[in-house]
Amino acid sequence: MFPVKELKRSFLISIWFSFLTFPIMVIKVDAIERVVSWRWENMFFIAFGSFFISILTKVYFLRKERRTGRKKVNRELTEAFMQRILREPRFLYPLSLAVLLFALLFPALFSTYQTNIMTTALMYVVLGLGLNVVVGVAGLLDLGYVAFYAVGAYSYALLNLYFDMGFWAVLPLGGLFAAFLGIMLGFPVLRLRGDYLAIVTLGFGEIIRLVLENWSAFSQGPSGIANIPRPGFFGMEMSFDSGIVYIYYIVVALVVFTIFVVNRLQDSRLGRAWLALREDEIACQAMGIDKTRTKLIAFSLGAFWAGLVGVIFAAKTTFVNPASFTFLESAIILSIVVLGGMGSIVGVIFGALILILMPEYLRALSEYRMLAFGGILVVMMVFKPDGIISNVRRSYRFKKQPAKDVIE
Amino acid sequence: MTKTILNVTGLTKNFGGIKAIDNVDLDIKPGEIVALIGPNGAGKTTFFNCLTGIYTPSSGDIVLCHPNSEKEIRLNGMKPNKITEQGMARTFQNIRLFPTMSVLENVMIGRHCRTHSLILGAIFRGSATRREEREIVDMSYEILIKVGLQKEVNEEARNLSYGAQRRLEIARALATEPFLLLLDEPAAGMNPNETEDLVGLIKTICGEGQSILLIEHDMKLVMSLSDRIFVMDYGKKIAQGTPEEVRANPAVIKAYLGEDVDA
Repeated sequence: MFPVKELKRSFLISIWFSFLTFPIMVIKVDAIERVVSWRWENMFFIAFGSFFISILTKVYFLRKERRTGRKKVNRELTEAFMQRILREPRFLYPLSLAVLLFALLFPALFSTYQTNIMTTALMYVVLGLGLNVVVGVAGLLDLGYVAFYAVGAYSYALLNLYFDMGFWAVLPLGGLFAAFLGIMLGFPVLRLRGDYLAIVTLGFGEIIRLVLENWSAFSQGPSGIANIPRPGFFGMEMSFDSGIVYIYYIVVALVVFTIFVVNRLQDSRLGRAWLALREDEIACQAMGIDKTRTKLIAFSLGAFWAGLVGVIFAAKTTFVNPASFTFLESAIILSIVVLGGMGSIVGVIFGALILILMPEYLRALSEYRMLAFGGILVVMMVFKPDGIISNVRRSYRFKKQPAKDVIE
Repeated sequence: MTKTILNVTGLTKNFGGIKAIDNVDLDIKPGEIVALIGPNGAGKTTFFNCLTGIYTPSSGDIVLCHPNSEKEIRLNGMKPNKITEQGMARTFQNIRLFPTMSVLENVMIGRHCRTHSLILGAIFRGSATRREEREIVDMSYEILIKVGLQKEVNEEARNLSYGAQRRLEIARALATEPFLLLLDEPAAGMNPNETEDLVGLIKTICGEGQSILLIEHDMKLVMSLSDRIFVMDYGKKIAQGTPEEVRANPAVIKAYLGEDVDA
C-alpha cells in the first residue's frame, strides 16, 4: 500500500534532520564546567519524529490524490464549502452580521488586555486589506508597504506636535499624505515589474525609516515622539480602559469601512482592470487600459489605508519611533496577504487574525513560541498553498440567457 | 471616396543595427480588408507593434483618420492605450487573453476605454455607474453572440478551445469599438472548419463598415478575403496589389520559393 520509495525518502529526511539539528539538540557545552555533554537521546527523538511526520504528510497527500482521482464532484463540494458560504447571500449576510455582533460585544465579554490585542489584530486586518489591493488584486509586489504606515503615524505625531492638531482632523490627512506619497513613488517605480518593483519598494521603505531615524530636527530621531494624545470624543476625558475600548471601536468601524470599499472596488470596472493588468499587461494596454494610471490608483489606494492605520497606531500607542517601521513589519503584512489568500478579503481577515493573535496566545509555550509559530506557518503553506481561503472572486455570471441556449 | 483611414509612409524600425522594417508604405481605405503577408521573420508583427504603439517607430509617419471625420491623428510615439482609444484595435499572434477571467469579463475589459467610472463611482455605485455596468455587460454579450461564443459566456477563458480563444480575442478587440481592426494571424492553428467560421466572421465585421488589416499565412484565406495585399520580405515592402496581381508577381514568388537555381 505504502510505496517503499517513499519510506526510503522519509528515512533520508529523518537522517538529514538529525544532522541539521545535531549542533543545537545534541551538543551541549557547559562553559563553566568546561565540559561537553552529548545528548544522543535527543537525536533519536528527532530522527523518529521527523520520520513519522514525513510519512504522515506523504499519506495525507497520497489519499488526497486518490480522492481527487475517484470522486471529483464530491471533492469539489467539500473544497468549495467555504466558497459556497461566502457566495450565497443567505449564508453570508447572517454570518457577517454574527461576526460583527461578536466584534461589537467583544470589549464587554473579554478583558481590556484581550481588547487591546484584538485592536492590534484588527489594525493588521486593515493593513492586510490595503496591501491586498496592491499585491493580491493588482499584482504589484510591494515590500515597502510599511513606509506608508510610518507616514500615517508620523503625520499624526508631527502635526500634533507642531500644530496641535487633533486625531479626527489628522486621520483623513494621514491617509491622504500616504496616498500622495504612493503616487509620488509610484510614478518612477511602477514602470518596473515583479522582482525589480519589489526591490525598489523595499529600498523605499528603508529610506523612509532611515530619514525618520536620522533627521532629528524634524522627527526627533530614534528616540521618537512621545505623549501623543489618544483620540478625543467630543472633548470628553476618558479613563485608560475606556480609551482602549474607544480605539477598539474606531478600528472596528475602520475595518467595516475598508471591507465595504475594497469589496466594491474589486467588483467594478477598476477592479476588473486590475485583475486584467495582473494577468497580461500588454494585452491590457492594447485593450485601451492606461497601465500607469490604473497601477497608480491601486498603489495609492493601498497606501491610503496604511496611512489611516498609521494614524490610529500613533494614537493607540501614544508613542512613535522609527523602530516600529522596520522591514519585518512589511514582511508580516505581506505574509498576512499571502497566508490568507491573495485577493481574498475573507482570507486576509483570517490571515491577519491568525498571524497576529497566534504569537499572543502561544505565550503559553513561552520560549518555544516563535518556533511553534514558524512551524505552523510552514505547515499551513504546505497544506494550503493558495492561502487559508483562496480567492472567491465574483465573476460576472450572465443570467439573461436566451431560451435557445438553455437547452444543454 | 478615396479617403484613407490609415496612412503609413516610410515606416522604419531599427533594432540596433538591424532594420526590422525598412521604409514601408501602406494605406487602408474605409471598409477594406487588407492583408499583409510575407515569409517568417519578414517584419509583419513588428510592423503591427509599431502601428499599435508597443514599439516606437524609428522614423516615418503613421496617420489615422476616422472615417466620419476629417481630423488626422499622427500615432507615432503614442501609448498603446491611446491608440486603441483612437479606434484601432488588435489581436495577438500568440493569444493574449486573460486566462483566469471569464469569457464575458474578457470582453468587458475591452469596454474599458469607452467607459469612465473610477474610484468614487465604484464605491458609491450611483445610478450612472450602475447604468454603465449594465451597458458594458449587455454590449459585451451582444459581441459574444456575434462571434458565436454566447454559450461559453461564463466559462473561464483558458478552458476554451483554441479556435474559440482566437474568436474571443477578436470579440475583445471589437468591444473597443474600432473602425480599424488589426488581426495578427487569426487563423493560425485552426482546423479547416474553424477557419471557415473565421472567414464568415471577418466578412460580417467588414460588412458592418469596419476595415481590417490582417497578417496571415493561410494563402487560401488571404486570397479569398482580401481586397488588397501587401507583401513584405526582410523588412521591405516588395509588392502590393490585388490578390491576382500579387499572385503573379515574380518578386513574391521569389520571396516565398527562393531564388531560381540553374540545374
